[in-house]
Amino acid sequence: MTTSFLVEHAPALMVIVPLVAAFISPLTQRFAPAVRSLLVGGALALTSALALLLASDVFAHGTRIYVFGAQAASLAVPADSGGIPIRIIFAVDPMSALMLVISAVSALAVVLYSLAAERRHSGLGSFYTLFLLMVTGILGMVSTGDIFNFFVFLEILSIASAGLIAFRVDGGVAVEAAIKYFVLSTIGALAILIAIGIYYGEYNALNMALIAQRMQFTLLDQLALVLIVAALAMKCGAVPMHFWTPDAYSMAPSSITALLVVASQASLYGLFRVAFTLYGITLNAACVGWLIIILGVLSMVVGVTMAIPQKNVKRLMAYHAISQTGYMLLGVGVGLAVLGNQPLLDTFGYMAMEGGIFHIINHAMYKGLLFLTAGAIFYRIGTYDLNRMGGLGHSMKWTMVFFIIGALAIAGIPPFNGFASKLMIYESVFAFNPILSVIAMVVSILTLASFVKVFHSIFMGPVLPEFRDVREVPAPMLAGMGILATIVIAFGLFPSTVVDCLIAPAAHALADQGTYIAAVLAGGA
Amino acid sequence: MAVLFLPLDTGAGLWDPLLWVLGAAVAGAIALLLYALGEEGFRPDTARADPFLSGNPEPAKELVHVRSGNLYWGFLSAMEGYYRRLVPLHTGDLHDYILWYMGVTALFLVVVVIVR
Repeated sequence: MTTSFLVEHAPALMVIVPLVAAFISPLTQRFAPAVRSLLVGGALALTSALALLLASDVFAHGTRIYVFGAQAASLAVPADSGGIPIRIIFAVDPMSALMLVISAVSALAVVLYSLAAERRHSGLGSFYTLFLLMVTGILGMVSTGDIFNFFVFLEILSIASAGLIAFRVDGGVAVEAAIKYFVLSTIGALAILIAIGIYYGEYNALNMALIAQRMQFTLLDQLALVLIVAALAMKCGAVPMHFWTPDAYSMAPSSITALLVVASQASLYGLFRVAFTLYGITLNAACVGWLIIILGVLSMVVGVTMAIPQKNVKRLMAYHAISQTGYMLLGVGVGLAVLGNQPLLDTFGYMAMEGGIFHIINHAMYKGLLFLTAGAIFYRIGTYDLNRMGGLGHSMKWTMVFFIIGALAIAGIPPFNGFASKLMIYESVFAFNPILSVIAMVVSILTLASFVKVFHSIFMGPVLPEFRDVREVPAPMLAGMGILATIVIAFGLFPSTVVDCLIAPAAHALADQGTYIAAVLAGGA
Repeated sequence: MAVLFLPLDTGAGLWDPLLWVLGAAVAGAIALLLYALGEEGFRPDTARADPFLSGNPEPAKELVHVRSGNLYWGFLSAMEGYYRRLVPLHTGDLHDYILWYMGVTALFLVVVVIVR
């Protein structure tokens, strides 16, 4: 009874739990910080449990619809609404469910780490309020089936993220990075809002399934598509709109940087959702697919080559985040490019999409892990400057082990998770265009070279006199890194299970526009 | 349970990470065996382990640690032309960021409308 109630209301609870906790958090902070920590950790543990529960239901029984203001999902389209779903609807299909799990589990690992890492700082009441609002924004973006609601959650995410990027002020540099992020996000959000206005004016609807059903791909629809794709590509840090990324990622506290990675994946999800679900086969798939592929290749190459000369470890990792986003864009872009061609889709299109989507989950885990290790090092030595580091492997052995796991995974070294998803991308993209596959492999080699440099600079060499008293970071920080490292290893050792149970259903759900429309408008699978 | 250990089908081949781990374990065991066959009397804390620097005394290891800025100097020099063009694009100026974003949006619009 309780389980079925929770599953039924999980789509709403997943957003409500962190949202309510966000506003209770500052109140508890006034009385006892320990209660606040318990509240924040508990809220995200509950959110993760709900995400897993909901995902298991969705993967077993199909898309779950939640209609706000109605007693049942079957009331998605009220009898007197003229066939228009007027209420806000959350539509959780396998793709959304996968994103929910990635986001919630990452947020839980990050908060565990953060509770110890941020303990020395003031203003934690606001910090955790913004943190939880960020999580709310991400979870809302990947759950909603309403395009205007997507915009609202995107705004919640952007505002909370900007506040957290500026959290440490850092002589004004962090504030500058936050302003850059915020201005660009606002312009992007404005573009999305204009696109939403176009849809509303044309189709009298804000529900994605209904817009998809009525989509004509007129000139206005093309304008709306471009506005949304460019805005979300900018939000996920695709080259050449990536400039904000190294600034924001390097100035935010490391736990927030790890969450920003998840936020960029949510934007990527939005981009894919719009291209596949809202437009689907009505758009010129080859043209838009190639645009996304070109963005992907540029991101891979420029990201990794800009990473190599960096001296600041977080800026270096930020450029690698851009580079890895390129793999996802490449994989899913190839799937989109052959969307209208069923034989090609079956031969390599689905595999490319699965590789791209698998890389999203893998990237969230290993990149989150790497940013947390960077934060752990900063926590002990107070600098991100690689030129000032060295010999920390003697005193921070666990951090070093977690770094090695993350670094090998991002470089695509077997048997870690990054290898499995990259292998799927290499082989499927090779069938589409061998040159793209070769570029992807070269980028992996450069990624490995870059992380060899980082590993040597931070951990190798003799104990430096200035770091003689450095100790390992506190246990909760190690626990946060440990959760992500465990997932990195598990997904690397059992990729077939992950792909068959999570990734393939997500890729097929994304490509199958008809099933999504039918599920939403009929009130559930 | 058996499904957990299935190899990954990539469309063009199979990838079995457990087999790879087994192979790595065997390679590690062979390496350990070779190590065990080495000179038993060798002690690393004697002068035999010191580097020979043309008779000069060895500087303190802290002083000769190769820092990050010295790594990949050759690669960066070889790619100097590329970096000379790429790095200045990262101006740090918000106006430039917005211009790039607007430019890409305009380019996308032209491509999507023309290749309709």
